[in-house]
Parts: sequence; structure tokens; C-alpha cells
Amino acid sequence: MLVSYQWLQDYVDLSGVSPEEVAELLTRGGLEVDHIHRYHDGMDGVVVGKITDSGPHPDADKLTICQVDLGDKTTQIICGATNAPKANKVVVAKPGTVLPGNRTIEATEIRGHKSEGMICALDELGVSENLVAKEQHDLIIELPDDAEVGSDALEYLGLNDVVLEIDLTPNRSDALSMLGVAYDISALLDRPIKVPEIEHGAVRKNAIDQVSVTVEAGVDVPYYGAKVINKVTIEPSPLWMQMRLVAAGMRPVNNVVDITNYVMLETGQPLHAFDYDRFGSKEIVTRRAYPGETMTTLDEQVRTLNEEDIVITNGNTPTALAGVMGGASCEVIETTESILLEAAQFDPVRVRNTAKRTNLRSESSTRFEKGLDAQGTVRAAERAAYLLEKYAGGAVLNGIVESGEMPVFEQEVELSLGAVNTRLGTELDQKETEEILYRLGFGVEDLGDRWRISIPSRRLDINIKEDLIEEIARIYGYDRIPTTYPVSERNAGRLSNTQKLKRKARRFLEGAGLEEAITYSLTSEEKSKRFRLDEFSDDVRILMPMSEERKVLRQSLLPQLLDSISYNKNRQNNDLALFEMGAVFLPNPGEKLPSELWHIAGAFSGDRTAAAWNKTAEPVDFYTAKGIVEGLLEQLGLTEGVSYQVAKREQLHPGQSADVVVNGQVVGFIGQLHPTFTAREGLPVTYVFELRGEALLTEQDKTMRYDPLPRFPAIKRDFAVVVDAQISASEVQHVIYEAAGTWVKDVTLFDVYEGEHLEPGKKSLAYSVTFLNKERTLVDEEIVKVHETIVERLQSKLGASLRG
Amino acid sequence: MIDRLEELKLEAQSAVTSSQDKKELEQVRINYLGKKGPITEVLRGMGKLSAEERPVVGQKANEVREEIQASIDSKQAFFEEAELLEKLSAEKIDVTLPGKKVEAGSPHPLTAVVEQIEDIFVGLGFEVTEGPEVELDYYNFEMMNLPADHPARDMQDTFYVSEDTLLRTQTSPVQARTLQAAKGEGPVRIICPGKVYRRDEDDATHSHQFMQIEGLYVDKHVRMSDLKGVFDTFVKEYFGSDRAIRLRPSYFPFTEPSAEIDVSCGVCGGDGCRVCKQSGWIEVLGSGMVHPRVLEMNGFDPDVYSGFAFGMGVERFAMLKYGIDDIRHFYTNDTRFLSQFKHV
Repeated sequence: MLVSYQWLQDYVDLSGVSPEEVAELLTRGGLEVDHIHRYHDGMDGVVVGKITDSGPHPDADKLTICQVDLGDKTTQIICGATNAPKANKVVVAKPGTVLPGNRTIEATEIRGHKSEGMICALDELGVSENLVAKEQHDLIIELPDDAEVGSDALEYLGLNDVVLEIDLTPNRSDALSMLGVAYDISALLDRPIKVPEIEHGAVRKNAIDQVSVTVEAGVDVPYYGAKVINKVTIEPSPLWMQMRLVAAGMRPVNNVVDITNYVMLETGQPLHAFDYDRFGSKEIVTRRAYPGETMTTLDEQVRTLNEEDIVITNGNTPTALAGVMGGASCEVIETTESILLEAAQFDPVRVRNTAKRTNLRSESSTRFEKGLDAQGTVRAAERAAYLLEKYAGGAVLNGIVESGEMPVFEQEVELSLGAVNTRLGTELDQKETEEILYRLGFGVEDLGDRWRISIPSRRLDINIKEDLIEEIARIYGYDRIPTTYPVSERNAGRLSNTQKLKRKARRFLEGAGLEEAITYSLTSEEKSKRFRLDEFSDDVRILMPMSEERKVLRQSLLPQLLDSISYNKNRQNNDLALFEMGAVFLPNPGEKLPSELWHIAGAFSGDRTAAAWNKTAEPVDFYTAKGIVEGLLEQLGLTEGVSYQVAKREQLHPGQSADVVVNGQVVGFIGQLHPTFTAREGLPVTYVFELRGEALLTEQDKTMRYDPLPRFPAIKRDFAVVVDAQISASEVQHVIYEAAGTWVKDVTLFDVYEGEHLEPGKKSLAYSVTFLNKERTLVDEEIVKVHETIVERLQSKLGASLRG
Repeated sequence: MIDRLEELKLEAQSAVTSSQDKKELEQVRINYLGKKGPITEVLRGMGKLSAEERPVVGQKANEVREEIQASIDSKQAFFEEAELLEKLSAEKIDVTLPGKKVEAGSPHPLTAVVEQIEDIFVGLGFEVTEGPEVELDYYNFEMMNLPADHPARDMQDTFYVSEDTLLRTQTSPVQARTLQAAKGEGPVRIICPGKVYRRDEDDATHSHQFMQIEGLYVDKHVRMSDLKGVFDTFVKEYFGSDRAIRLRPSYFPFTEPSAEIDVSCGVCGGDGCRVCKQSGWIEVLGSGMVHPRVLEMNGFDPDVYSGFAFGMGVERFAMLKYGIDDIRHFYTNDTRFLSQFKHV
């Protein structure tokens, strides 16, 4: 909402209050001023001039040489506008003036003739081109006779105005008008409101004899009023009115249309003017549109309507889309002589839906959508009639033709001083509270222990006592509410166990050198199928997706994390270690909401550690990813029952991928991306993991006890065995543990060898096994015995031989 | 013999002094103190001495022996010291070469901000609660006092999954869920961080996915002045003790009275600058007293209980705190961006 500071002063005295102060006052009062526009800033030396003589430029067809009286002197200016030859009073920018767009006017010579200044068009003075009336485009401004030669032209045009841009909250539909804003200022400043003039003359003829109004459904159209105005002369509206519309961001059209818009901006009540003679009948009938019915709206678009739309008709064809836009067939045009002036109330929801569907959000529809002041409709019609009489020469017919009854709607709400103070934490007394209520224009009736407060019909947003408490608080001043601390029983705030574990997992991964990423939950149908841990059933889809890329909810984190890898690769960020934690979404048959499962994923490419003066670069590999997963599981308290099984998964390298198994359940996987997949996706060699986070958190053991430190020494034995190359390390390890009995404390694989010193197809695994007995010192013979058992068992089970 | 011993002593000491290394020194020791050395010889010849002389000479011989040994020890120590110094000097390295650095990763700035805010509110007695990202219209809108035709639904264009399920547009539904779970019994003190979604085209200031933190404090006798107190504490803790807050009337369907909370501009200190659009204040969050309808619909008696609620945009907090100018940075995960947050 754009609010002209000068215009505001028609309704409330702002003497001594600067535009900045008004802005601050409104903002603190709940009408947030987002921006203060000063279009004239820096424009000095723009004056009213009178063209005393003019003639064509001898060397240029389109130019006119004008002699312009500027009051203090007469000067020669060359002008290219087509209306220059016959113009009288004009706007002149003198040499030295800086116009918007940083355009400095200089005395110059055009084809051998002096030109000292510029005669201006509106857009040259900073008025946005789409706010300049169509017929004014490329024309210089012609000022009325009363403009004083030599005086400040910006002031005459009202272009020295300051415009406040208010960002209205949706509840404050009452402030969608100059008067509405003025009411708030009046309350905030405690100065009286000046109500605009509506008393017009009337001719003998009665409107009721010229037109009838029939409303088919009162729910759709609670009130419809029509006035008839004869003998109008269509011409441009007065310049001051045009400039006010411009300040409010509306383009002037002609006096009749401008007056309807002016009154809408002033009162908040949208109005519409039909050409009476081209209306098509003498009856106004409002109804629902027929399915498929068409009409041409003012913007020359053919609209196809449906039975959800309310239309104004002449009993036969639609003449307006109610509240949204008029029809082209009976638009006010140059030859219009009589008009039908509509002032109505329409069902806000229907107007909203129609405006939305037809994509015709307008100044009018936004006001209807939010609901209108029940008592403002007829007043607005009378106000427009007054202005039409004054500025369009109209003869206003007697009365208003109506259907429906305007509810004399005055809401009453009871409120006590105690309720105000306990809710706000203030110590207001009765008198100052009542004064605030009066300032807001509310009626106050003292009922002893409480008030009965009547709310003006323009304030549709006030229905319950809390609404009133807010009104009192905002006029009193939110900043005057004291600062206190809640008095309630003390308690310790906390994170849940799960939240703590999630933080722990994050800290571990960060400490391990991974950077946390956050990606989008919405993805494409194709990507949602990749890297799933669960059987694919179906996607959780968005009904009206914005794009193919954001169509369904992710079922795994990796596809999006790989997008980040690819994004980085394209920017030459090659050494990457990313992780993400977040929800994936699986359909949940029989339930309304999908299952949201918490996952952890990681992706690595490039070097794990960069080359340095004392080491060569260490590229990431399968074991980088696995080591991170192992460490993470340990951090989460999963030290037992974890194993890694050879796995085959789509998109993963068949020889370098493993499932992570915890207590017999597959909880995730680790692997290298399949080379075919990386080639297709333009990805570097990448190692990944994705884990079902939930499974890891619920496994948490909360009863951890410390293991007493051993009082006897541990004994270490190293040995290497040779086995077939395809036997996995975990098989060997498993046999060692089995054979070693209860004394084994730790088994560490410290070397793996395949090569020239071994038979082909064989590999050597070197282990260091630590034995410990908590009760006594182990003797060498015992260890030798266990060692022998291990070797025997490896031999019999895996065909292993001890390496010499 | 006494003289001979004295002579030997001087001779030996001179040999110790002139020895060049440990090896020569050892030779000196063998020469003078060894089994075949002159002192041993002197002692061996003591049988020839009288009973009176014997102890005198014996004592002298032991003294000489000890003195020579002391000289050798001291020279030995000198050699060892020199050797050590030489070794240390040979082991000198360039300590300005880079270390074997342990390269840590970094938290995502949004996570960092969420955790910082969580920690402050946990300190103020709040619990951290979460809710689903795919939500029922019932919790997201209806129970938050936003019935089907409410114009404020336009403020937040919604991704629907079905007629009555949607991607939550705000973290507020967690308020409704928590209140209903509390079955009308206060106090309820929660904050709820999480992802939310709105139909916006992604650009420098809009993102179809972003994060919010919702908060709710419901108890008997909660006042609007308490809201001010809690946020004064929060803002000073989060932004710095020199920052002030300002409340402005606003509108949210689920609070009444409602307030926008501004914090004094950290760049200009409140004098007005480009960052705060000359106002001296920066809008940081929406808040208000819980609407009685919301309390009632979710099982709390509005005549007994009151409370305040608030919601803040995590991206906005991160952008303000770290001067980030494009919201898309949070979701493209450029490692040159992420790695800057190691120390936060």
C-alpha cells in the first residue's frame, strides 16, 4: 500500500510531524513502513514556464523552437514533443538540474540553435512510464492556467510528495485505504479525523426509474447499490487527482474511471462505472456464470467462466466479473454520457478464487478478498457522486437502487482491565485504557467490573478480547511493556538422548575431516530410485510439482549428495569429503503420512590427505569410507555384532561394495560408485556410504560399565598365514577368534601381501594376537598351545599354511 | 714412594687433560689405574715398607687413585656433553615447516546456528522437540487457526502431497502436536527446529526449502512482558550483550497479540545504515501470545493457561550472523563455503 504524505493531510493534521516520523509511528503501531519514497530527491530548478512564442526548427522537422517565459527571464528551448507547438504552460528543467536517472540538463545547441533547458514529460520527472496515461506518452506536461509562471513545478504537480510504502499484514484490510491509515495515525497521534465531503446535489429524476437491481443469491452478493449519473463529460481528471493516483501507483485514465479509483484508494471500497447507454438493458442482474460462458474483460481478453464465478449481467450477458474486472462491452469511453455507478459487497472467498483462477489480481479484487467495511459502501458511492458532479459535470439522479441490506454491523466485545494487565504484564489504569479505546474510535460502556466495547464496522479484524488487548498495546506502545521473566517452576531444559547422539555423530564426522552438507528433500523420480536401502514401492509425490527435478521426496540421501560432489567438481574443488544427515520419506500404506527415516550418508573423492613436503597424497579408497563408518559405529556404542558383507548393489562397483550388518540386520552399505554410473553422471571416482541412522541410535547401550584394568601382563604373538586369495580377511579373523578361546584380547591384521614371493592365487595375512588372563600371568607353554590350535584350525578350515 | 705417587698423579692428570676423545681417555685410565698400571705396582711393592709407612702410603695411593678417577670422570662428562651437543645440533630441523596437520571437517552453518540457538534455550529450561516434515493439513493449518479459506494461507504457498497432507510450511504444527500430547497440562516449554517447504522459485533471497525454529511456552500466568524478557536474554546471548530488542505489532493467525521482534543493527549500532535500511533495527523473528483458539483447539483451557510462541528463520540468522548474501549457498554445498565454518 502506497500512502502519499500530502494526501494523508486531507484527513488528519500532520503539522509538526515529518514523513519519517509518520513512518516510525506507523511502523511501531503495526503498519510497517517498508520504504520511504522521495521521487523528487535532488531535482532542483524545475519550474513552471509559459511558452510565449514557438515555431518549427528550420533544420529539423520534428523539433519546435519555443520561447519560454520563466518569470525572471525568457529563454529559448528546443523541444521534440508533438504537443509543443500548441502548449501553453509547461514544466521546464533549467540548466544544472539533475533529473532522475542522473541526467544533468545543460544549455546546449541543437542544429545551430540555442536550447537552454528542457521542457519535461512526466516520465522525465521520475514517474514510472506505466503510470503515465496512455495518451500522455511522449508528450510534454501541459499545466492548467492557474500554474504560476516561475514557481516550483514539482510542488504544483505534487511531485515533491513523500510516499510511504506500507507492508500490510493480512488482517489489516481496514488500512487498505487512505482513510484507514489516517484513522490509525489519528489514534496514534491523538488528533481528530477529518471525514471527506459527500454531500452532492441531485436532479429531480429518480435513479430507481432508470434501472433495476436483482440479486440472485444474497450469499454471493450481500449488497448491491447502483447510482445513475447523467450528463457526464469524459475528459482527463484534474491534475492533482491524477498525481495522487500516480503516487498510489495507479495510472490515470479519464475523469470517471479516475474518480472511482480515487474513491477506492480513499475509502477502501472498490467502485465500478458502466456506460449506461451501452449496458444493454435497464436491469442489473447478478448471478453465477454458466459453465463455459465467455465474456471480454476491459483488458480485451476473452475469459471463459464457470459456475464458481459471480457475474454482473444486463439480464442476459455478463457486463462485469464481480469484484475483479469490468466488461469491455460497456466500458466508459470518450462518448459516454450517462453512467451506472456500482457500489457492492461480494463474497470475499469467491472473488479471491476467481481472481486467482483468472490471474486477475487487481487493486479492486484484493480489497474485496479481505472484506469491506459494511457501512462504507453507500458512503463511497455518495462520495464518488459528489466528485463526478464536481469534476465530470455529472447530474446525479436521486437515490440509490439497492438490493440486500447493509448490516448495521457493530461488534461488541467485553473486556476487563485485569485481563489487559495480566496478559500484557502492564499496570495500566482505567482512565488511560479508556482514553486509548476512545482514540481508536471504539465505543466504551462501563459495566462496573468490565467494559462493553463496540467496534466500528471498518475494523473487521477485531472479534475477541485478545484482539482488543493488542489494540491497546499497540497504541500504548509495545516498547512501553515492561521486561519480566516467566515465573514458573524451575526445570532443566535438555536434549533428548537421540538428539545428543545425533550431535555426537556429527562431531565425530566433522572431526574425521568431513564437511556437513544439507541438500534438498525434493528430487526427481529417477533419482529417488537410486541407492535405496529399502525395496522400492512408490514415491511420495508432490501434487503440483514446480519442476521435474523437484517432483518427489527423496528415499535416500546419496543422489542429492552426489549432486553436491558434481557441483564442486565443476568448480575444481576436487578433494571432497561430505556427509549429510536427514530424513528420507517412504510411503506408508494405510497411513496418511509417509515414514520419515533418519539417514546418514557420506561421499568421498579426490585425496583424503593432500601431498605435502613430507608425504605423498593419499587418495580416498574403499577403506577410507569403511574406516569412517567403523569409527562412527564405535562412537555410537556399536562395538559388537557389526559385520561387513560382500554386497551387490546397483550403481556400486561389484567388487568394492559391502553391506553394513548390525546384529543380523542390514543397516547400510559402503562402496565405490560403479564406473559406468560415474561416467554417465560426470562424477569423479567416488566412494560412498549410507546408513539407516535410526537403526544405529536405537542400538545404543545405556548401561556402559568400565572394564577394570588388568593386573597381569598381556602377551603378544605375531604370525603370518598363506591362504587362497579369495578367502576374505573376515573369514580368517573369525577362525582365529574361534580357535583362540577366552584369553584372546585383540586380533590385529598388520599386513596383507600378494606377489612374487608367493604362489599365484595366494595371499599372506599377518596378524598380531594379544592374549590376556585377568586372573593370572599366562605362561609361554599355554600361549604356544593356543597358537598351535589357531594354526591347526586355519589349516583344517581354510587350507591355510603358516608362512615361514 | 709418596713422592712417586704424587708424581704419578700429576702425570696422569696431565694425560687426562691432553686426551682428545673418549678412547684416549680410556687408554689413560688403563695406563694409570689398570691392573698393570703404576699405582697397582706401587701398592704391590708396599710389602717392603715398614709397618709405620704402610698405612700412610696406602692411604696416599688410594687418594691418588681417587683423584685420578675424578679427573677422568670429569673429562668423561665433558666428552659426553660435547657429544650430546653435537648430536642435538645434527638433529636440528626447520620448525617452520608445516606440521602433520589433522584436517578436521566442519558443521554446516545452518546446523551450527540451530545448535547455538538450541543451547541457549535449553539453558532457559526449554526442551527440543521435532515433528514430521510431511504433515497433515490439520496440524499445519487448521490447529494453528488457519481454516481452509483463511487469506493468510496465501502467505505461504504450499506443496501438497494429497488433499490433506502437505510438506509443512512452518514448524508451527509441532506446537499443536506438543500441546495435544500434553493433554491440557502445562507447563510446555519447547523449541522445534526443522526443515520447512514453500512454493518459491529459488533465488538469492528465496528457497523452496529452508529451516525454522519454532518455540512455545505455555503455563499459567504467562505475560507478554515475559516474552520480552526471554527474548532480551536470547538476543543478548546470541548476538551480543550490547544489542537491544524492539517489539512491533504484527499479525500471525496463531498469536494475539502478535509481535515482530527487531534487534538493534549490529553494523551501525542503531544509528541507521544500509544493512538496516537506515532504520537502526533488523527484523529477526515473529512472535506473540498464543491465540486462545489455538490453546482451546489443542486441549488447553485459555482461561487458565496462557503462553507465548515464536518462530525464526535459521537462514536469516545465519545470514545476519555471518554476512551471507545468497541463500542458495546453504544448499549447493560448495566446499569453499562449507570449510569456512570450521571454527563456528
